[in-house]
Amino acid sequence: MAERELKRKPATTPREDKAPKETEAPVTSAQRDKLKAELDDLLDEIDEVLEENAEEFVRNYVQKGGE
Amino acid sequence: MAVPKICGVETEYGIHHAGAEGNPVASSSLLVNAYISDLARVEWDFKDEMPANDARGFAREGALPPEVETHLVNTVLTNGARYYVDHAHPEFSTPECADPLELVRYDKAGEEVLRRSMAAARWLLPDPQAIVVYKNNSDGKGNSYGTHENYLMDRTVPFARIARSITPHFVTRQLYTGAGKVGTETSPAGRDVAFQLSQRSEFFEEEVGLETTLKRPIVNTRDEPHADPQRYRRFHVIVGDSNLAEVATFLKVGTTALVLALIEDDAFGGVDLTLANPVKAIHQVSYDLTLAEPLEMADGRTATAMELQWELYGLSRKYAEDRGLDCLGDDTVGREVLRRWEGVLNGLEADPATVAGQVDWVAKLQLLEAFRARHGLGWKDHRLSAVDLQYHDLRPERSLFVRLATDHLVERDRILAAVSEPPRRTRAYFRGQCLRRWASQVASANWDSLVFDLGTDPLRRVPMMDPLRGTAEHTEELLEGSFSVAELLTRLSG
Repeated sequence: MAERELKRKPATTPREDKAPKETEAPVTSAQRDKLKAELDDLLDEIDEVLEENAEEFVRNYVQKGGE
Repeated sequence: MAVPKICGVETEYGIHHAGAEGNPVASSSLLVNAYISDLARVEWDFKDEMPANDARGFAREGALPPEVETHLVNTVLTNGARYYVDHAHPEFSTPECADPLELVRYDKAGEEVLRRSMAAARWLLPDPQAIVVYKNNSDGKGNSYGTHENYLMDRTVPFARIARSITPHFVTRQLYTGAGKVGTETSPAGRDVAFQLSQRSEFFEEEVGLETTLKRPIVNTRDEPHADPQRYRRFHVIVGDSNLAEVATFLKVGTTALVLALIEDDAFGGVDLTLANPVKAIHQVSYDLTLAEPLEMADGRTATAMELQWELYGLSRKYAEDRGLDCLGDDTVGREVLRRWEGVLNGLEADPATVAGQVDWVAKLQLLEAFRARHGLGWKDHRLSAVDLQYHDLRPERSLFVRLATDHLVERDRILAAVSEPPRRTRAYFRGQCLRRWASQVASANWDSLVFDLGTDPLRRVPMMDPLRGTAEHTEELLEGSFSVAELLTRLSG
């Protein structure tokens, strides 16, 4: 198979082309502002719940191998 | 025609015994035992409150007592799952599931079992001790533990063909199955790795092999079918990350089951996606946040991970058009796998931020970037490693994952029901229902058999060599009509 073919997305059927694809649209700047506000709230919460002594917390998390 | 892709996932959880110098084996045993003791208490409560059920010998929430001959706790739950201590970790193996959506439900039920275990252990431990469980695959210090997938396959398919054809998928599916990790534990030469897609990928050093703990292979050759070995293979996959995002679990299992069906039906149509060096490539893909690094193909061309995923998606869609997707257990669920697969690839290409609700590494990276910006941190700061670790903490009051708005595929009450009830469309139904009704008379339970102890006669073994039999369709009437194990066994042999 040629490289050109490998790099091509599979052709979509017309029906699927018309279907809305929410996940495909890049995030607009308005959406980004809203996301940022939500993220700020989230970060406030994370500052509260994050383990207090990060260094000790990370150091003490040691696992034996498994599987 | 591909055999139905019955699937299951085994998850080893990270464990930390806070406030004590706990030996991880002892802590894991305590955790699992605490859950089982708690179930026994519930069962006893039920007996008090529901005497009618007790009179018919029903044990609503029973579990099989731990096997005494091994020192490690090992139990089978009424939902058909196995819950036990493996090495130094608590491990939950889902029951056999008929389709990838059902698997998501039981994977999430497993998290709930671990959550209840932590709560039960709190009652047994002196303050301020607590056992905390993490659904991740690495401690950040070079120790990795596994999440293993299992898929039912036709024994007649040559293993070499499976290994060759599935490898490009295992190398590239981490684009959406990666759980994300701060830094690197293998310090690759010439790479500055602040964050990578996968928890596990950098621990893989071989293409094909039997090992699971050192020199880990991308394709594992363990051949332990837990079913009729003449007809079936259980394809055992050790190369994946544990996912918290439901869509990621759904895609991990759904796309893999689909590609395996293609391999079984020889439906690649001459397309050869063989990589020149799969081990090098799986590391490259994990380290490459641009998702655009070219990988060397065996025939001298190059392709990006995204291009290989589009190829596999295209082949799968054509397969679905030609043959339908009943092999995924349910055609509608199969179509949803394809729809989600296309959606996540489109999203990753356009802007990964659009799939933060579906893909763990994107959700985690977004969180880390925001946290870094707020506090002005460099990537080496311990607080970022703490955020990484705490993303996977299963305690609702500490989990960072539960604070994110991720997509849900299964309703909460369906997940909670799956903590105690088995799936209906595999042999797990018979196993789970027998334990629900007659736990005290089940001497041992395994994936492919149940052994009953009636007290007087010799032990009676019921083989279950076909994962597709023992379903609700096959056995519900039989179970409903049997008021004792003796009656059940008489009807089974009659």
